[in-house]
Amino acid sequence: MEQDKHQAYWRANTALIRNLLIVWALVSIVFSILLVEPLNAVRLGGVPLGFWMAQQGSIFVFVALIFIYAVQMDKLDRKHDIDE
Amino acid sequence: MSVELWTIFLVSLSFIAYLYIGWHTRAKGSADFFVAGRGVPSIANGAATAADWMSAASFISMAGLISFLGYDGSVYLMGWTGGYVLLALLLAPYLRKFGKYTVPDFVGDRYYSNIARLVAVVAAIFISMTYVAGQMRGVGIVFSRFLQVDINTGVIIGMIVVAFFAVLGGMKGITWTQVAQYGVLIVAYLIPAIAISVLLTGNPIPQLAFTFSDIVAKLNQIQVDLGFQEYTKPFANQSQLDVLFSTIALMVGTAGLPHIIVRFYTVPDVRSARFSAGWALLFIAILYTTAPALSSFARYNLIDSLHNKTVEEIQQLDWANKWEKTKLLTFEDKNGDGRIQLTPDKATSEITIDRDIIVLSTPEVAKLAPWVIALVATGGLAAALSTASGLLLVISSSIAHDIYYRIIDPNASEAKRVMAGRIMIGFAIAIAGYFGVNPPGFVAQVVAFAFGLAAASFFPVIILGIFDKRTNREGAIAGMLVGLIFTLFYIVGVKFYGMPPWFFGVSPEGIGTLGMAINFVVTFVVSRLTAPPPLEIQEMVEMLRTPGGETPPEAIH
Repeated sequence: MEQDKHQAYWRANTALIRNLLIVWALVSIVFSILLVEPLNAVRLGGVPLGFWMAQQGSIFVFVALIFIYAVQMDKLDRKHDIDE
Repeated sequence: MSVELWTIFLVSLSFIAYLYIGWHTRAKGSADFFVAGRGVPSIANGAATAADWMSAASFISMAGLISFLGYDGSVYLMGWTGGYVLLALLLAPYLRKFGKYTVPDFVGDRYYSNIARLVAVVAAIFISMTYVAGQMRGVGIVFSRFLQVDINTGVIIGMIVVAFFAVLGGMKGITWTQVAQYGVLIVAYLIPAIAISVLLTGNPIPQLAFTFSDIVAKLNQIQVDLGFQEYTKPFANQSQLDVLFSTIALMVGTAGLPHIIVRFYTVPDVRSARFSAGWALLFIAILYTTAPALSSFARYNLIDSLHNKTVEEIQQLDWANKWEKTKLLTFEDKNGDGRIQLTPDKATSEITIDRDIIVLSTPEVAKLAPWVIALVATGGLAAALSTASGLLLVISSSIAHDIYYRIIDPNASEAKRVMAGRIMIGFAIAIAGYFGVNPPGFVAQVVAFAFGLAAASFFPVIILGIFDKRTNREGAIAGMLVGLIFTLFYIVGVKFYGMPPWFFGVSPEGIGTLGMAINFVVTFVVSRLTAPPPLEIQEMVEMLRTPGGETPPEAIH
């Protein structure tokens, strides 16, 4: 692959990784730990929201993030003609 | 049929299935032996990774830990799942493209140095050994309770089974056995959880029952009435900073664990590596989102069925008697009022419950059928054995492949390398068995060591190896050594030599996060102060970043 095409692919890849990692850090570190006390004032069903994020919500988001990554990278590979 | 008979029946049945699969998929060459011939489909690899990953600690100890810690138990839930996001996005695709056999292989080649390779081998063996020690204790607990045999006998039975499919089947046999073990362990975990969920809330889906019933509110109320903190109250046991550090250490440690990373070498291509990480986490999440529900149900149920009951009433509980014999559950009417009370104060509390029995005892507490109780024992064994075999393979391949083949005798024939791997598994099993007989401590805590060490040693050098072309040999070696030594010093100092946790009170479980940060800084700074890596290494990094095309030189042995 030519140098500039290669770099465009890598830039798109790292941008995707960065965005997904921001969501990752938000749900786990920010919502579930740093802001858990204010969020606990809100209720989801029968449980405090911050507690729920820490014990359930963040895990659901993690699973979604990996599949989003895999699907998006598939598209990116096809766009750059390097799908296997 | 009694619980004991059911247990013997189900355990034997599952062992026969594992042995059959191990025999059927036995390894024929070194690619089969070390990386399962690189032909594992991504869903199967996901299930195998999940089984490899979910150890005795996840299956037996985790729900119990959460049950006692309430919110603070989230450290384990988020830590042990969040790491997969890092693994999937930052490591797995590139390591698959790299296409070698082990993590030290990557470190050794990327940092063009046998010293770096050796440091990585030592770290991999150390991490895996720490981890395997916990698994063998798990096997012992399950056997001693359910088969009513001596713990040592139980450990030996487990060793024989692991030895059979690991020595014979190598990675290929282990992978397919683990797929079966995942099936066993997830069914074993879900059936009692669903049953208890229905019993307490009328809702069969534990995740929904947990969120949309009044059980958590009721539990909060009971806890407060008995003088405990509310179950959902954050930072009741650990400071906020410590929760943060511990969670990150477990996440990063997960992404750096050699027996998980090596799984991504077994799939056919980069695309499969990405999806396989997703499947792995999905399979893990099924158990990990059930666990907090089970924890709250179990806690509620246990308090409800024991607290303030008379001594006679408790003596009539069959399950309580059986667990009392193992000394993991004890009653003592300290104030002599004829009733048994649970209080937060150890000096006055009349019930002591070992956290490891929560999952194992829950079906009995909820009066489920004997076969369900037996199934849980079978699942616990599947969890412990699958993880133990995965770890033993890492230990043996680190020695056989990274030390023997790559450093001592690069001309060793294919047959000789596989033979070395098999011999090393034998040794590793003997050592693991020793730890099973002389357990070094509480299951989940021991495992936490492995994570801290993985976080502080591998994670930074692999990330920088892929994302920063300028990182060189000198930086990587210095970073790994400093991170590993610092973390080990802190953990051993605090745990064994009574050193006070001096870094803002961060516990040994969380210190890996600081170890990792130190590793990053040292690697980065030392790399900048020394010569850049050779041109061919920089080209290799470029190549790692693009899927498809040819694999790097030397990748096909």
